[in-house]
Amino acid sequence: MKSALRIACSRIHLQQVRDFVRNYLSNRQLPEVAINQVVLAVDEVVANFIIHANGEDENQFLDLEIDLSERELNVQIADNGDTIYLPEAHQNPDLRDYIRQGRKGGMGMTLVNRLMDKVEFFTRGNHTVCHLSKHLA
Amino acid sequence: MKVTAQPTADTLTLLLDGELDASSAIVLDTELAKPDILDYRKVLVDCAKLSYISSAGLGVFISHLQRFQDANVKLVFFNMQEKVFNVFEILGLDALMTIVPTATEAEAA
Repeated sequence: MKSALRIACSRIHLQQVRDFVRNYLSNRQLPEVAINQVVLAVDEVVANFIIHANGEDENQFLDLEIDLSERELNVQIADNGDTIYLPEAHQNPDLRDYIRQGRKGGMGMTLVNRLMDKVEFFTRGNHTVCHLSKHLA
Repeated sequence: MKVTAQPTADTLTLLLDGELDASSAIVLDTELAKPDILDYRKVLVDCAKLSYISSAGLGVFISHLQRFQDANVKLVFFNMQEKVFNVFEILGLDALMTIVPTATEAEAA
Protein backbone atom coordinates (compact mmCIF):
# COMPACT_ATOMS: atom_id res chain seq x y z
CA MET A 1 0.00 0.00 0.00
CA LYS A 2 1.33 3.40 -1.02
CA SER A 3 1.86 6.23 1.39
CA ALA A 4 2.24 9.89 0.50
CA LEU A 5 3.58 13.09 2.03
CA ARG A 6 3.68 16.71 0.89
CA ILE A 7 6.21 19.12 2.40
CA ALA A 8 7.12 22.76 1.86
CA CYS A 9 10.66 23.44 0.62
CA SER A 10 12.39 24.12 3.93
CA ARG A 11 15.18 21.99 5.33
CA ILE A 12 13.37 22.01 8.67
CA HIS A 13 11.01 19.42 7.13
CA LEU A 14 13.79 16.87 6.54
CA GLN A 15 13.07 15.31 9.93
CA GLN A 16 9.43 14.85 8.90
CA VAL A 17 10.55 13.15 5.67
CA ARG A 18 12.83 10.74 7.54
CA ASP A 19 10.11 9.91 10.07
CA PHE A 20 7.67 9.30 7.20
CA VAL A 21 10.02 6.79 5.54
CA ARG A 22 10.95 5.12 8.84
CA ASN A 23 7.32 4.75 9.85
CA TYR A 24 6.43 3.27 6.48
CA LEU A 25 9.24 0.69 6.66
CA SER A 26 8.83 -0.23 10.32
CA ASN A 27 7.22 -3.57 11.22
CA ARG A 28 8.31 -5.08 7.90
CA GLN A 29 11.10 -7.28 9.30
CA LEU A 30 13.83 -5.14 7.75
CA PRO A 31 17.23 -4.67 9.38
CA GLU A 32 17.82 -1.24 10.94
CA VAL A 33 20.79 -0.64 8.61
CA ALA A 34 18.63 -1.33 5.52
CA ILE A 35 15.91 1.03 6.74
CA ASN A 36 18.49 3.72 7.45
CA GLN A 37 19.91 3.36 3.93
CA VAL A 38 16.53 4.07 2.35
CA VAL A 39 15.88 6.93 4.78
CA LEU A 40 19.27 8.40 3.87
CA ALA A 41 18.73 8.13 0.10
CA VAL A 42 15.35 9.87 0.31
CA ASP A 43 16.70 12.53 2.70
CA GLU A 44 19.57 13.33 0.32
CA VAL A 45 17.33 13.73 -2.73
CA VAL A 46 14.78 15.80 -0.81
CA ALA A 47 17.54 18.03 0.64
CA ASN A 48 18.89 18.60 -2.87
CA PHE A 49 15.45 19.53 -4.19
CA ILE A 50 14.86 21.89 -1.26
CA ILE A 51 18.25 23.60 -1.31
CA HIS A 52 19.50 23.44 -4.90
CA ALA A 53 16.32 23.31 -6.99
CA ASN A 54 14.08 25.58 -4.90
CA GLY A 55 16.50 27.78 -2.96
CA GLU A 56 14.61 26.92 0.25
CA ASP A 57 11.51 28.75 -0.97
CA GLU A 58 8.79 27.64 1.46
CA ASN A 59 6.12 28.56 -1.07
CA GLN A 60 7.26 25.61 -3.18
CA PHE A 61 6.50 22.04 -2.23
CA LEU A 62 7.53 18.45 -2.86
CA ASP A 63 5.32 15.38 -3.11
CA LEU A 64 6.66 12.04 -1.91
CA GLU A 65 5.19 8.61 -2.56
CA ILE A 66 6.56 5.38 -1.17
CA ASP A 67 5.48 1.86 -2.01
CA LEU A 68 6.85 -1.49 -0.92
CA SER A 69 5.36 -4.62 -2.38
CA GLU A 70 6.93 -8.04 -2.86
CA ARG A 71 10.14 -6.59 -1.38
CA GLU A 72 10.39 -4.07 -4.24
CA LEU A 73 10.64 -0.55 -2.89
CA ASN A 74 9.70 2.40 -5.07
CA VAL A 75 9.96 6.02 -4.00
CA GLN A 76 8.89 8.97 -6.10
CA ILE A 77 9.82 12.53 -5.20
CA ALA A 78 8.13 15.15 -7.35
CA ASP A 79 9.29 18.75 -7.28
CA ASN A 80 6.44 21.14 -7.94
CA GLY A 81 8.80 24.04 -8.61
CA ASP A 82 9.49 25.15 -12.17
CA THR A 83 13.28 24.73 -12.09
CA ILE A 84 14.40 21.61 -13.90
CA TYR A 85 16.90 19.89 -11.63
CA LEU A 86 18.82 16.96 -13.07
CA PRO A 87 21.89 16.35 -10.89
CA GLU A 88 24.93 14.52 -12.13
CA ALA A 89 26.00 11.53 -10.11
CA HIS A 90 29.49 11.76 -8.65
CA GLN A 91 30.18 8.05 -8.60
CA ASN A 92 33.73 8.11 -7.35
CA PRO A 93 34.62 11.34 -5.60
CA ASP A 94 38.23 11.70 -4.47
CA LEU A 95 37.60 12.08 -0.75
CA ARG A 96 41.27 12.74 0.01
CA ASP A 97 40.96 15.72 -2.31
CA TYR A 98 37.73 16.80 -0.59
CA ILE A 99 39.59 16.70 2.75
CA ARG A 100 42.50 18.75 1.37
CA GLN A 101 40.06 21.31 -0.03
CA GLY A 102 37.92 21.38 3.13
CA ARG A 103 34.95 20.68 0.92
CA LYS A 104 31.54 20.29 2.58
CA GLY A 105 29.31 19.12 -0.25
CA GLY A 106 29.32 16.87 -3.29
CA MET A 107 28.77 13.47 -1.69
CA GLY A 108 24.98 13.31 -1.47
CA MET A 109 24.20 11.93 -4.90
CA THR A 110 27.13 9.52 -4.66
CA LEU A 111 25.52 8.11 -1.54
CA VAL A 112 22.11 7.88 -3.22
CA ASN A 113 23.56 6.01 -6.20
CA ARG A 114 25.42 3.58 -3.97
CA LEU A 115 22.43 3.00 -1.68
CA MET A 116 19.70 2.41 -4.25
CA ASP A 117 19.47 -0.09 -7.12
CA LYS A 118 18.11 2.52 -9.52
CA VAL A 119 18.10 6.32 -9.44
CA GLU A 120 16.33 8.28 -12.17
CA PHE A 121 15.64 11.98 -12.56
CA PHE A 122 13.25 12.98 -15.33
CA THR A 123 10.99 15.84 -16.30
CA ARG A 124 7.22 15.89 -16.22
CA GLY A 125 6.04 19.10 -17.85
CA ASN A 126 7.91 21.92 -16.13
CA HIS A 127 8.71 19.83 -13.09
CA THR A 128 11.41 17.38 -12.06
CA VAL A 129 10.68 13.95 -10.67
CA CYS A 130 13.09 11.54 -9.00
CA HIS A 131 12.38 7.85 -8.89
CA LEU A 132 14.33 5.58 -6.55
CA SER A 133 14.00 1.82 -6.43
CA LYS A 134 15.61 -0.97 -4.46
CA HIS A 135 15.04 -4.65 -3.83
CA LEU A 136 14.91 -5.19 -0.09
CA ALA A 137 15.96 -8.77 0.67
CA MET B 1 20.79 17.85 17.29
CA LYS B 2 22.62 18.69 20.48
CA VAL B 3 26.39 19.00 20.82
CA THR B 4 27.86 18.96 24.32
CA ALA B 5 31.55 19.81 24.77
CA GLN B 6 33.46 18.25 27.65
CA PRO B 7 37.01 19.63 27.91
CA THR B 8 39.78 18.02 29.95
CA ALA B 9 43.48 18.90 30.02
CA ASP B 10 44.42 18.19 26.42
CA THR B 11 41.29 16.52 25.11
CA LEU B 12 37.93 17.84 24.03
CA THR B 13 35.11 15.30 23.97
CA LEU B 14 32.06 16.20 21.90
CA LEU B 15 28.88 14.30 22.68
CA LEU B 16 26.53 14.24 19.71
CA ASP B 17 22.87 13.64 20.46
CA GLY B 18 20.24 13.36 17.73
CA GLU B 19 20.19 13.45 13.95
CA LEU B 20 22.85 15.23 11.93
CA ASP B 21 21.37 16.42 8.62
CA ALA B 22 21.33 19.43 6.29
CA SER B 23 19.23 21.29 8.84
CA SER B 24 21.25 20.59 11.98
CA ALA B 25 24.82 20.38 10.58
CA ILE B 26 25.36 24.07 11.33
CA VAL B 27 25.32 23.31 15.07
CA LEU B 28 28.28 20.95 14.72
CA ASP B 29 30.03 23.19 12.21
CA THR B 30 29.90 26.10 14.67
CA GLU B 31 31.46 23.93 17.39
CA LEU B 32 34.26 22.60 15.17
CA ALA B 33 35.02 26.05 13.75
CA LYS B 34 35.86 27.56 17.12
CA PRO B 35 39.52 28.69 16.98
CA ASP B 36 40.40 27.35 20.47
CA ILE B 37 39.50 23.79 19.44
CA LEU B 38 42.98 23.68 17.88
CA ASP B 39 44.52 24.10 21.35
CA TYR B 40 43.58 20.51 22.18
CA ARG B 41 45.72 17.49 21.27
CA LYS B 42 42.65 15.37 20.60
CA VAL B 43 39.01 15.87 19.77
CA LEU B 44 37.01 12.76 20.64
CA VAL B 45 33.54 12.48 19.15
CA ASP B 46 31.17 10.33 21.20
CA CYS B 47 28.60 9.02 18.72
CA ALA B 48 26.58 6.84 21.13
CA LYS B 49 23.51 9.05 20.78
CA LEU B 50 24.09 10.03 17.15
CA SER B 51 21.19 8.21 15.52
CA TYR B 52 21.54 9.51 11.96
CA ILE B 53 24.07 11.21 9.70
CA SER B 54 23.61 12.50 6.14
CA SER B 55 26.18 13.78 3.66
CA ALA B 56 25.76 17.26 5.18
CA GLY B 57 26.94 15.92 8.55
CA LEU B 58 29.82 14.01 6.98
CA GLY B 59 30.72 17.16 5.06
CA VAL B 60 31.16 19.11 8.28
CA PHE B 61 33.76 16.63 9.54
CA ILE B 62 35.50 16.48 6.15
CA SER B 63 35.65 20.26 5.89
CA HIS B 64 37.53 20.57 9.20
CA LEU B 65 39.76 17.51 8.97
CA GLN B 66 42.67 19.12 7.11
CA ARG B 67 42.64 22.09 9.52
CA PHE B 68 42.82 19.67 12.44
CA GLN B 69 45.62 17.66 10.81
CA ASP B 70 47.61 20.83 10.08
CA ALA B 71 47.37 21.77 13.77
CA ASN B 72 48.25 18.21 14.92
CA VAL B 73 44.84 17.73 16.50
CA LYS B 74 43.66 14.14 16.26
CA LEU B 75 39.97 13.60 15.51
CA VAL B 76 38.67 10.27 16.84
CA PHE B 77 35.14 8.88 16.65
CA PHE B 78 33.89 6.26 19.09
CA ASN B 79 30.68 4.53 20.27
CA MET B 80 29.29 4.69 16.74
CA GLN B 81 26.01 2.90 16.05
CA GLU B 82 26.17 0.30 13.27
CA LYS B 83 23.75 2.18 10.99
CA VAL B 84 25.84 5.37 11.31
CA PHE B 85 29.14 3.54 10.77
CA ASN B 86 27.57 2.01 7.65
CA VAL B 87 27.23 5.49 6.12
CA PHE B 88 30.96 6.19 6.67
CA GLU B 89 31.72 2.77 5.14
CA ILE B 90 29.62 3.32 2.02
CA LEU B 91 31.71 6.36 1.13
CA GLY B 92 35.00 4.82 2.28
CA LEU B 93 35.42 7.41 5.02
CA ASP B 94 36.11 4.68 7.59
CA ALA B 95 39.53 4.33 5.91
CA LEU B 96 40.27 8.06 6.09
CA MET B 97 39.05 8.82 9.60
CA THR B 98 39.86 7.25 12.95
CA ILE B 99 36.83 5.34 14.20
CA VAL B 100 37.21 3.05 17.22
CA PRO B 101 34.64 1.08 19.22
CA THR B 102 35.09 2.42 22.75
CA ALA B 103 36.03 5.49 24.79
CA THR B 104 39.07 3.65 26.15
CA GLU B 105 40.35 3.00 22.63
CA ALA B 106 39.59 6.58 21.63
CA GLU B 107 41.67 7.88 24.51
CA ALA B 108 44.52 5.56 23.52
CA ALA B 109 44.34 6.37 19.81
